[in-house]
Order: sequence, then structure tokens, then C-alpha cells
Amino acid sequence: MSTHDFMAGRRRVRSFEWSTAVIAAISITAAVAVYLRDGFDKFKSILASDFELFAGMMPKMAAGCLIAAFVIRLLPREVVTRVVGTESGLLGLFVAMVMGAVLPGGPLTIYPVAGAFLVLGADIGTAIAFITAWNLLGYNRALIWEMPFFGPEFVGWRILVALPLPIIAGLLARAAGRLVAARWGDKWT
Amino acid sequence: MIGIGVAVLLWALVATLALMAAVRSKALFREGAREGARDFVVLIPRVLVGVVGSGYIAAIMPQEFITTWIGPNSGLTGITIATLAGAATPGGAVVGFSIGAAALKGGAGAPQVIAYSTAWSLYALQRLVNWEIWMMAPRVVWLRAAVSVPLPFLAGIGAMLLGKP
Repeated sequence: MSTHDFMAGRRRVRSFEWSTAVIAAISITAAVAVYLRDGFDKFKSILASDFELFAGMMPKMAAGCLIAAFVIRLLPREVVTRVVGTESGLLGLFVAMVMGAVLPGGPLTIYPVAGAFLVLGADIGTAIAFITAWNLLGYNRALIWEMPFFGPEFVGWRILVALPLPIIAGLLARAAGRLVAARWGDKWT
Repeated sequence: MIGIGVAVLLWALVATLALMAAVRSKALFREGAREGARDFVVLIPRVLVGVVGSGYIAAIMPQEFITTWIGPNSGLTGITIATLAGAATPGGAVVGFSIGAAALKGGAGAPQVIAYSTAWSLYALQRLVNWEIWMMAPRVVWLRAAVSVPLPFLAGIGAMLLGKP
């Protein structure tokens, strides 16, 4: 596990710098193209409107970072693991969904917690509802990343249509998990 | 207006959580405040590059091409194209969000962009192979990816039916 953590950590840092550098390079090329093709006014108006959106979202981003930093300290992973890992049925899926939306952190936090559910005896649907909720409903990502890019209205509607998806994924996973288990055995950890 | 209300609500939540941390111990409060502030400072340039960059990328993209394939009238075909694009997008968060925002500014439909970002969040192939497979049992990863296949379609169709955003 520690090797994996280490590798994943290294990967994250490296892949992130690569990502930002590529987007920066493409953006600069695009900005130069806009300037040459459409002139300075167009160049300036794009910069102004995007910067305005970004500036308007900065207080929410800051709040998102602080909420995450406090929640991760006030809601230890062990508690989440225990609460979700021992629930079952439809209620289990709901609890997993809420916890996935609430627990901040990156894949390094989330996947081990989901793995721990399975060790504790939660079914595969619960673990998958948790990961799905973290991906689609997590306030952390919505506040820090999505809002500055898309604005609050778009993000609000996006989250609304995503609300049932963790439960659907969990139910599908339970059904599919039974088929897999019948054919290849019941080992998920 | 709604934006301001949301911000007030969020900061009220920050204050509550900070107080709860401070009641437990001063060190907990200090650590949390420091980490939150540091994360914010580190994030600013990354997000700024993507947000401003997506505006310029949108401006040079061939708008007609975008509207034809993933525009507001592209329907289920557009949602399928967007879902495949989401699964194929490599790299970190800044890449996915920049592409999504550039597409939206460049004439893509909201349901199509929602399908794109849902697919990218749930099963970007590079992330499955580089990350998840190392941290979970492989069969869990593949099962999760398989049951997630329909979800971007459901999200996109949901947005289409609502007519929002």
C-alpha cells in the first residue's frame, strides 16, 4: 500500500504540472491567434469577462479549501469507514452517497476508504455509490474547480441531474456484482 | 444575487467548522486554517490558467464544427460524442474543465457538456489505468467503470428534459 501511495503521489504531482503546462501553452497560442485575427479589443474583452468570472468565484474557492481542510480533521476517515461499512440495503447506499459528497480529498483519500468498506463487509454497491458520489457530488471539486469555469448556475443544475446517479450506480453494481460473484467468486478486496 | 447568498452560506459554514475545530484544540484550528489557505494559494494559478485559457481556446475553435456535433440541437448523438470525448480526455482536472468550458463557450449544448464532464469524472481511461487500478482490486475498478457507462447519458438526458441550465 505504501508503495502505491508513494507512486500515486508522485504521479499526481507530475501529471498535474504536465496538465497545466499543456493548457497554458495551448491557451497562449490561442490568445496570440485571437489577438492577430481579431485585434486587441477582442483579446481584451475575453480576458476581462473570464477574469471577472474567476474573481467572482474566488471567495467561494477559498471557502471550499477551508471547509475541506476542517472537515478532513473533524470527520476522520475511520469514522466514515465505520458508518458506511456497517450499513446495508438502500439506506447503506444513501449513507455512502452522503459521505462521498461530504468527505474531501483526492483519490489518495477516497479509494483507500472505499476499499476499507469492502474489508468491513459492505457490499460492492455501497463502495461504488460512495466513489460515484465523490466524483459527481463532491462540494470540494464543485467549489474549487467547477464554479470558476462554469459559474454557479450551471454547476447547480449539473449537480441536480447527478443527484440520483450514485444510487443508480450502486444498484447496478449490486446486480452486476451478483453475476460476477456467481461466475468468478465473491472476492472484492 | 444567488451567488452572494451561496458565498455567505459557505463562509458561515467555514466559521462553524473553524469554531468546532478550535473547541477541540487550538492546534487543530491552526492546522486546518493553514492547510486551507495554502491549498487556495496553490490552486489560484492553476485554475486561472484554465479559466482564462478556455475563453481563448473557445474563440479560435471552429464554432460551426462544435455546434454541428455537440451543439444544443445535437441530441443523443452529441451526448454520445461528448461521453466518448470525456472517457478519452487525458491529464488532470485543469484539462477536463478547460475543455468543457471552452466547448460551452464555443457553442456546445449544456446537456452535452454535462455528459462530457460526467464521463470524464467517472471513467477517464487514463485515470482508471494510472490511479484507480493501483489502489483498488482490478475487478472493482472494471465493475465500477462498467456500471458507470450509462450515467453520463442519464445526466445529459436529464438536463435535456429539464431544459436547464
